[in-house]
Amino acid sequence: MGDQTDPNGTPQTGKSDPLVIIKDLVKEFPVHGGAFQRQVATVNAVSGVNLTIQRGETVGLVGESGCGKTTLGRTLVRLLEPTSGTIIFDGQDITHLKGSELKPFRKRAQIIFQDPYTSLDPRSQVGTSISEGLKLHGVKSKDERHQRVTEMLELVGLQASHAGRYPHEFSGGQRQRIGLARALILKPDLVVADEPVSALDVSVQAQVLNLLKELQSELDLTVLFIAHNLAVVEHVSDRVAVMYLGRIAEITSRERLYEHPLHPYTEALLSAIPIPDPDRPRNRQILQGEVPSPINPPPGCFFNPRCPIAQDGLCNVDVPKLLPGDDGPDHLAACHLRTGDSSQLTVNSSQAQ
Amino acid sequence: MLSFITRRTLLAIPVLLGIMIVVFLLMRAIPGDPCTSMLGERATPEACVEFNEANGLNDPVFVQLGIYMKNVLTFNLGESVRFSRPVTQLLIERLPLTTELAMSALFIAVVGGVPLGILAARKHNTAVDSGTMALANIGVSMPVFWLGLMLAYLFAVVLKDTPFALPPGGRLSAGVFPVPYYEAWGWNLTEGTFWARFNEYIANHYIFDTFITAQWAIFWDLIRHMILPAIALATIPLAIIARITRSSLLEAMNKDYIRTARSKGAKESRVVTRHALRNSLLPVVTIIGLQMGLLLGGAVLTETVFKLAGVGTALFDAIIGRDYAVVQGFTVVIAAGYVIVNLLVDISYGYLDPRIRVK
Repeated sequence: MGDQTDPNGTPQTGKSDPLVIIKDLVKEFPVHGGAFQRQVATVNAVSGVNLTIQRGETVGLVGESGCGKTTLGRTLVRLLEPTSGTIIFDGQDITHLKGSELKPFRKRAQIIFQDPYTSLDPRSQVGTSISEGLKLHGVKSKDERHQRVTEMLELVGLQASHAGRYPHEFSGGQRQRIGLARALILKPDLVVADEPVSALDVSVQAQVLNLLKELQSELDLTVLFIAHNLAVVEHVSDRVAVMYLGRIAEITSRERLYEHPLHPYTEALLSAIPIPDPDRPRNRQILQGEVPSPINPPPGCFFNPRCPIAQDGLCNVDVPKLLPGDDGPDHLAACHLRTGDSSQLTVNSSQAQ
Repeated sequence: MLSFITRRTLLAIPVLLGIMIVVFLLMRAIPGDPCTSMLGERATPEACVEFNEANGLNDPVFVQLGIYMKNVLTFNLGESVRFSRPVTQLLIERLPLTTELAMSALFIAVVGGVPLGILAARKHNTAVDSGTMALANIGVSMPVFWLGLMLAYLFAVVLKDTPFALPPGGRLSAGVFPVPYYEAWGWNLTEGTFWARFNEYIANHYIFDTFITAQWAIFWDLIRHMILPAIALATIPLAIIARITRSSLLEAMNKDYIRTARSKGAKESRVVTRHALRNSLLPVVTIIGLQMGLLLGGAVLTETVFKLAGVGTALFDAIIGRDYAVVQGFTVVIAAGYVIVNLLVDISYGYLDPRIRVK
């Protein structure tokens, strides 16, 4: 697991060079309509994300449905072509690589999908699905591929004999293990886990999560863990990034985020975590309104129409930058009022409980 | 697998029996009778009594049905009143042409329809997609006889004396007869035996016969005659197959396992052929099986337009002439063919989808 003694919140810490540097990443989707399918609008799924992922750490990415988490993850492993911005992977700019140039990167970055029922080809035997990556990346010997598939299946807690079965013969949890085996067989450096447990029963979730954690330390993986469940993220992450409407609202180490959130959106999210104790007093912040449409986002800070502390003339005009707050350089938030962005750094943490 | 085939074959028996009974009763329910259509002006009541007596048509309908069923079970399909020949002999002469026509049309429909569907799906929401699907809609709505006439006009009249000219009708050019393979290979067949008739039936598939005996001049002549009717007959199934392929492939392309394949680093062509297409073939194969019914129905019109002496024209003439035995015999054979094709389709499901195989 990542070095928790040094919660490398910012690029400045620069102990060793980070594995992934995302700069101003934008991904837009055209919306077609009308009789001739002309482009009538643009969905800003990811609008200017900056994110650095250190080697060996797990970054949790949380946010509600439709905030762009999945798009960010898919763009990071280049299943989607970024509209603008750059992605640096291990010192190499992979933003606009195409075809065969992308192949070495494909080997080093893998993705685990949310739905284990659709992410495996129903017509391929599990062993074939797992070994296809090896085949595509030049492991010619059939015996070696078979050997590695067997090892991988055992590593994720399945049996070698399962290789000849089809996906529909497995349960959801087993399938997600197969998904893990498939993603990890190429020994990638980066794994994007896109809500890997949200389609599973709660009883199976922990199994898969613990397996992922074990494998991470065993294989020295760097993980971007996408989830909407804050409890799950707290369990696996070193650092947590909170996303809202295509932008990162706040990013810091797990402990700091849960104890001392800076961004009002993070506060609202944390207050919504259910506590299994009916007598404990709750201080719930219920957000008003709906998430604005990413086709037509509000001006200024995207959160300003729902923000309890928004200031007219500031928050609905300027887009806040991701800046450190009052508790150190590795706790970043995109809020005019809670960071050193403006002179109004008066509203302090006392309000943030 | 064997038990599956046996079970399905046994299940086909009630289907075929049902068809036999329905066709038998329908033919007798429609107005008109064999006597008047056969004897015409000379069909006096006395002559008709004699005619009906000679052909066993005076018995009660259910007695006739019983006799007919008994005969069919011994592979005796009765005798044509109009031609005074056994129905099986007519089938031996007529069925091969229709089989070849239907197979050629099916070949064109699959070879044309599947790639068109793939193309439209790969170029989803572009001019290529809309264009292909507009063409497919036109194809589905095209009446076979009209298209046949237009094709014949274009290739036999407008393009006459060009290298693209094609004959407007008939199975072969005048005066050309293929040599059956059993004669070419000097087989000694005793006239009238089952084996001789079976070989005659097989050899009447002229395209197949001339191919295996390398009578290339006649083979190409057959192909040239087959092109237009096959295209006319293939249009509707081709358009349907293209549309099904497109929608099925589009659905598959949206699945996570396609993203999985891409993230493994697979080339787009591999992603489409190995992952998406294989998973989207099931509905396509179902449709191809169902098209067989359409092809046999369309064959009646196509054979009429292109003056081909196949099952379609024979069936049409037999219905007009109230030639009961021919209508019944041909219908049962066509139905059996349809049942067999759909059995093959069901067997292929097991190959195409492992989830079906397990059972």
